[in-house]
Amino acid sequence: MSSETYKITSPLMGTFYKASAPGEKPLVEVGQKVKASDVVCVIESMKIFTELRADQTGTVLKIFVDNEEPVMKNQELIEIELDS
Amino acid sequence: MNSIHKILIANRGEIALRVIRACKEMGITSVAVYSDADKDSLHVKYADESANIGPPLSRKSYLNIDHIIKVAKDKNADAIHPGYGFLSENEFFAKACTENGLIFIGPTSECISMAGNKSAARKIIIALGVPIIPGSNDIISSPGEAINIAQDVGYPVILKASGGGGGRGMRIAHNKKELTEAISIASGEARAAFGNPDLYLEKYIEKPRHIEIQILGDNFDNYIHLGERECSIQMRYQKLIEESPSPFVDEALRNKLGETAILIARSIGYTNAGTMEFLVDSNKNFYFMEVNARVQVEHPVTEMVSGIDIIQQQIQIASGSKLEFKQSDIQLRGWSMECRINAADPADNFMPSPGKIENLILPGGPGVRLDTHIYNNYEISPFYDSLIGKLVVWAKDRPMAIKRMQRALSEFQIEGIKVTTGFHERVFKDTDFIKGNINTHFLENL
Repeated sequence: MSSETYKITSPLMGTFYKASAPGEKPLVEVGQKVKASDVVCVIESMKIFTELRADQTGTVLKIFVDNEEPVMKNQELIEIELDS
Repeated sequence: MNSIHKILIANRGEIALRVIRACKEMGITSVAVYSDADKDSLHVKYADESANIGPPLSRKSYLNIDHIIKVAKDKNADAIHPGYGFLSENEFFAKACTENGLIFIGPTSECISMAGNKSAARKIIIALGVPIIPGSNDIISSPGEAINIAQDVGYPVILKASGGGGGRGMRIAHNKKELTEAISIASGEARAAFGNPDLYLEKYIEKPRHIEIQILGDNFDNYIHLGERECSIQMRYQKLIEESPSPFVDEALRNKLGETAILIARSIGYTNAGTMEFLVDSNKNFYFMEVNARVQVEHPVTEMVSGIDIIQQQIQIASGSKLEFKQSDIQLRGWSMECRINAADPADNFMPSPGKIENLILPGGPGVRLDTHIYNNYEISPFYDSLIGKLVVWAKDRPMAIKRMQRALSEFQIEGIKVTTGFHERVFKDTDFIKGNINTHFLENL
């Protein structure tokens, strides 16, 4: 159970969105497989949308924030477990 | 005449302040509205009255039509000024105002609808014989349709938010793959910024100048134009520097653009202040782009050269007054330039930079105007636009205006957040910029 994980953090203060547009399904859910460079969430700051991408292939272990929740710079957003 | 005694300003930031200032000078009572994120904002302090309209997310506060109308009625306002952005070009908001006995300070709901409906607007423009850029005549219904149209008109193409303006939700695509990717994200941005995800598409003219004409029209079919604004200095389709006049526009082109703008305005029954945007290529061919059915961010440069207070004109027109000027009364004098100072980091790809402002020192002196809502220890929230102020100068000619702007920029000191003043200083020292040798791609090559 000592599998390796990494966390995606917010590069800036803003609002966290799970989907790329309201009404669309979340980009990722807990338990979902992601490939490196997959978009996993969107941060809106000052009306600019920044897509955050997975660094490496793995499985979404935890999503720390709710949709539309304000986030701070460097706040942890999503934890991904690497494929062993 | 519907006299206006009290105006609710359905906006925030510097433009809310701008409208409040106009109200004060006209003896009109002002009502500010603010979200939870803006309770310490200057527009709340300066207005005669204020009301909280909900949580920080625009959708739940500044875009909440029902709530804003209710506040306006509770406060016994006669009129609503929408500013720019938010609900300013929302036909349903304009309609809701009218239906509730409130004067919407802007064009009619029908006119906003027509200006915002690119397909209807294009048909009218084409029928008038005004040149237009080829593209989708309607809102794009599917990515497949967008791809078909793009193949017809040829890449590159540009996606634009139907409800938008100010560059939000705009994306260029050079090929099918880029277009497919761009549609989803542009639609998302458009929905968040304007509450409307609709996009349209057109052929992208390379290296053009963005030149726009300010018009005023009253309810009695009188129209004037106040000359052009040169808005070619853009970053990601967001204007960063504007000036009036344009170093590229001569008297003949100014008259032609002005007449064309008025022709369009009259044909759609446009009233109040508005802007007709054109792309002008290096051979001075112009293409009509769109009507901006609101006051624009960059309206101060026109005010500086014309001596006309555009916001006060909007209020007078909305109250049923006839225009007090004829075209022959309009004398454009000197040169004005504006820098949009944004909370963004030029060293980090213009990443938004919210935070608390510290050690603020603002520029001043002869010929300098600063429209801003910031003050020392003010917290710039991440929920809204990154614009923190508009630094405007006036001088007798362009070389003097450039020197004055260089001086004003050097006086601007701010800590706590990253701002674009240093970047503006670079532009104002650039040889091509100083010569007026610019186009909409200028900043990409800086």
